[in-house]
Amino acid sequence: MKKVKLQVCNGTTCFVMGGADMQNMVDQLMVKFKDCLEIERVRCLNACSLSDNFAKAPYANIDGQLVGNANFQTITKIIEEKLSND
Amino acid sequence: MTNEVLATKKLKNEILVRLVKAFMSDNFAENVRLIPYEMRPKGSDVPFRCCIYKERAILRSRAIAGLGFAMEEDDEKTLLSDFANRALERKKPEEYPLTVLQNACKGCPSSKVFVTELCQSCVAKPCLSACKFGAIEHVNGRSKIDVAKCKKCGLCMSACPYRAIVKTIVPCEEACPVNAISKGEDGLAHIDHDKCISCGKCVSACPFGATHAKSQIIDVLKNIKAGKKVIAMFAPALVGHLPCDASQIKEAFKKIGFSEVYEVAQGADVTAKTEAKDFQERLDQGAAFMTTSCCAAYNELVKKHMPELKPYVSEAKTPLYYTAEIVKKEHPDAITVFISPCFAKRREVLDNDKINYILNFEELGAILIALGIQIDTCEKQDFAYKSSKEARDFAVSGGVARSVLAAWRGKPDAIVPAIINGVNKTTLRDLKVYAKTGKCPLGNLVEVMCCEGGCVGGNAGLSTIKAATKKVGEYANSSYSLKDEH
Repeated sequence: MKKVKLQVCNGTTCFVMGGADMQNMVDQLMVKFKDCLEIERVRCLNACSLSDNFAKAPYANIDGQLVGNANFQTITKIIEEKLSND
Repeated sequence: MTNEVLATKKLKNEILVRLVKAFMSDNFAENVRLIPYEMRPKGSDVPFRCCIYKERAILRSRAIAGLGFAMEEDDEKTLLSDFANRALERKKPEEYPLTVLQNACKGCPSSKVFVTELCQSCVAKPCLSACKFGAIEHVNGRSKIDVAKCKKCGLCMSACPYRAIVKTIVPCEEACPVNAISKGEDGLAHIDHDKCISCGKCVSACPFGATHAKSQIIDVLKNIKAGKKVIAMFAPALVGHLPCDASQIKEAFKKIGFSEVYEVAQGADVTAKTEAKDFQERLDQGAAFMTTSCCAAYNELVKKHMPELKPYVSEAKTPLYYTAEIVKKEHPDAITVFISPCFAKRREVLDNDKINYILNFEELGAILIALGIQIDTCEKQDFAYKSSKEARDFAVSGGVARSVLAAWRGKPDAIVPAIINGVNKTTLRDLKVYAKTGKCPLGNLVEVMCCEGGCVGGNAGLSTIKAATKKVGEYANSSYSLKDEH
């Protein structure tokens, strides 16, 4: 079975820019994808450190692909694409 | 938090971060002027409104509120850079805490009761007989409501066997417990400041993000920059709203430039003990009940809308009041800043000359982002005063009542707590009944918190109520109990 790895950033910027809501998202994603998804809350993905990148927080990393403006819809779409790719 | 509300919160936070970044730059006024253009540069996507110009106009308005000014007074031709300079010159914050962005306000359709196409034109027609105002008639095979006669009582809605009658609402009007915000003749929302208790429910309710708090973020930063001794006093709820350990909060404030940090829980210990003593005296005099007095929105509610309840409100001051008193005694020359989960405390801060400014959790978060402070890497430090478990748990619904119980030295069964978890139109009615009848059937110590969940559910928070409650509780449990203090 194909499995996707999701890392969710828990850094200060991501938390302030809506990351607090990520726990709800993580719960929803676990229900939706069950064993096809491995989720890790990481301390920081260091994605926001460049000039204006804070505005795209919260960030997530899906199988090595950095995703900004992370929310249930954007993340679900990318996971589904990755799962259906083979 | 729903996604729409999250999007408006995120927009407001982005503006605040950019304002702080501009403040830290060597050309504050010009960089503030550029904010709408940097967020919507030429040719960029237009995610929310009709065109890029409207988006920029609204971003300009949000920046003006972020600079601490009322939108109602904007003449639209003043440059953002002029507002930025005015914010630097301002000696004290503006009077009313909340403002409506007229250009962001959608001008929602007025609230009305309305028969949908699901009406089956039934034989019984219970809606017609349910209406006490003769507002419903049956025309062209469907019930129809005469808006002029309808009082929006909703009886027809519950009478309809198909639930085919609905009531549309205006989110801000519906959320306001005291009818202080309503659509004016121009169709846009207006705040009646004589009625407003600054609870901020309209801020959370508006899906267009049209109500804003007037920020004091620049006022605080300019005092820090001027090298003044600025002291942070943070609300107990903050521990639940930052992604770090409570012991790292002190270092984070110091990195921003605050010279000292106090937990408002320190003052909550005084409030709990004072309130327990107050309650004992009242019981001795035969009082039927007493309400708590720490929620700023509730205190405003009593003052503006229910003066008859005033005799039942505890004489104890708020935890913030006592904390500020301690801080000003220890540091008479300091500028004090309260770090708040809600908007209502702005009113209390404006009225207390021992507290100079207020920042809410969102504004603190924006400063952390702009200054690049990674809070979970901050050094762990203890606070000079160790607050009790109950004081640290003050921020959670039921926490104030628990603290009074812990500080209670009278008969153990004399206190029966009754918890009002969130002020809304229903709980407001209950409170009015208690005041009118002089008794509360649910208990004798009535804890009132305007926000659902308590201060951890404050509308300027960063985390969810559930997660924040858990974290505040864990931190509280690491301390001693007021019960064991002698």
